[in-house]
Amino acid sequence: MNRLNANKLRERLMGAVFFISALVSILAVGLICLFLFANGLPAMGKIGVFSFLLGREWSPTDTPARFGILPMIVGSLYVTAGAILIGVPIGVLTAVFLARVCPRRLYKLLKPGVDLLAGIPSVVYGFFGIAVIVPLSGSSILSACILLGIMILPTVIGLAESALRAVPEQYYEGALALGAGHYRSVFTVVLPAAKSGILAAVVLGIGRAIGETMAVVMVAGNQARMPVSLLKGVRTMTANIVIEMGYAGDLHREALIATGVVLLMFILIINLSLSALNRRGK
Amino acid sequence: MMRRKRKTSEILLGAVTWFAAAVTIGLLLLLVGFILVRGVPHLKPSLFALHYNSDNVSLVPALISTIVIAIVSLVIAVPLGVFAAIYLAEYARRGNRAVAVIRMTTETLSGIPSIVYGLFGGLFFVVFLGWGYSVLAGAATLSIMILPLVMRSAEEALKSVPDTYREGSFGLGAGKLRTVLRIVLPSAVPGILAGVILAVGRIVGETAALIYTAGTVAQIPGSPMQSARTLSVHMYSLSSEGLHTDEGYATAVVLLVVVVLINALSARIAKRLGRRS
Repeated sequence: MNRLNANKLRERLMGAVFFISALVSILAVGLICLFLFANGLPAMGKIGVFSFLLGREWSPTDTPARFGILPMIVGSLYVTAGAILIGVPIGVLTAVFLARVCPRRLYKLLKPGVDLLAGIPSVVYGFFGIAVIVPLSGSSILSACILLGIMILPTVIGLAESALRAVPEQYYEGALALGAGHYRSVFTVVLPAAKSGILAAVVLGIGRAIGETMAVVMVAGNQARMPVSLLKGVRTMTANIVIEMGYAGDLHREALIATGVVLLMFILIINLSLSALNRRGK
Repeated sequence: MMRRKRKTSEILLGAVTWFAAAVTIGLLLLLVGFILVRGVPHLKPSLFALHYNSDNVSLVPALISTIVIAIVSLVIAVPLGVFAAIYLAEYARRGNRAVAVIRMTTETLSGIPSIVYGLFGGLFFVVFLGWGYSVLAGAATLSIMILPLVMRSAEEALKSVPDTYREGSFGLGAGKLRTVLRIVLPSAVPGILAGVILAVGRIVGETAALIYTAGTVAQIPGSPMQSARTLSVHMYSLSSEGLHTDEGYATAVVLLVVVVLINALSARIAKRLGRRS
């Protein structure tokens, strides 16, 4: 009787431990939002929400200091858009190749290659960018776009490939039976059928690109001004934080945390649209 | 005429597809080849001295710090992640409200960029809890970052264990807890391990989340409360100081070797898993 009770107690106890562990992710998101908002929002209030978000001048060490992060918001958007323009076509077509064209032997070589691309640290990409891309196009928006375009490839390829593989074989066979060739069947029937999965791949790629920090810092030039041309430097929100956080104090430091809050908002919007996409996909 | 047009479109689409794949693989080869060519000639014995100074630019302290930070992060994140996965896969009932919220927040965590983790770690662990720039603060930050990865791989591994195992165990009179811990969990170990190795890969490659949590001290940390830099942070510091770029490339070679080993190990475990099922 006693032993039975002890067993029951242990069952209950461990059940509670498992449940509490599962709650940690909720706690983590709560703490992250709490600490960023509590340290960043007051700065937005002091600077003024509009002059913070829409101010075109960032000169935190001048008197009077100016804290406008519009150049960084626009910079992040430009760089992300460029990365998508470069990375998505190559990535989706490579996914088509892997899922529908590639001979089996070749696949065994290519797949680990793509995985390796995903595992290479962003600092290594940065070194590559400095030595190969920057000599061609300078420390500029274009260099950042090219490097980020390469960096999001494995994300886009991985998700697009599994979306393509999830399309029922009958679609492809039906197209063949109607007289379409192999590639025509793939591109006009299989690819459109996988479009919600491919869209999810693109959205995840956007999230990766907008959040990337180190590689962008190393090739983008980082001038805090409104972007003027593709071949001139730019500073993203992520770069703004990592470059100045080391020496910033007082309002300057809070303004950097507020930059993080804006970045987090972008990410939360991207996440929401991603989960909306996934729900529609089901 | 019609047939010829069709044939051209076939050739064109085929060419575009092959071309894209060639670009992807060409980029990979260029990247790896480039790092090897620039880095291997600078792999001198002095790079592997036990202590760092500005003459030898040794990477050994950074390598040791990387291992220490990875171990501490895993010690925090793996039990939490596996326990959470056990709850989600074995205990939670269908349509449970809490489960929906847990899944949503886990997804959110996996989308948060590393610089935001870095900011949070700096505000919470370094300042609020008063840990300062330290191995512990860095590892705690990284453990939150890898938590979703560990949870997802562990949950998938648990779900792939056949129900007959559970039924067999219940049939022999074992309780729920005993079934989960003695029967289901051991069968899921390879899947969990593959996820853990991927998490190690993320830790090894991380920079932005560590600069303002673990700091950038280039010596072997004497205690978890001291600052230390991982290999990736070490590389970034070398690049931003601009004095030891060659040593930076040599460090990149070592980092690349580590990443290749991690990937191979994870693929091997995943493959053995696939063969078994």
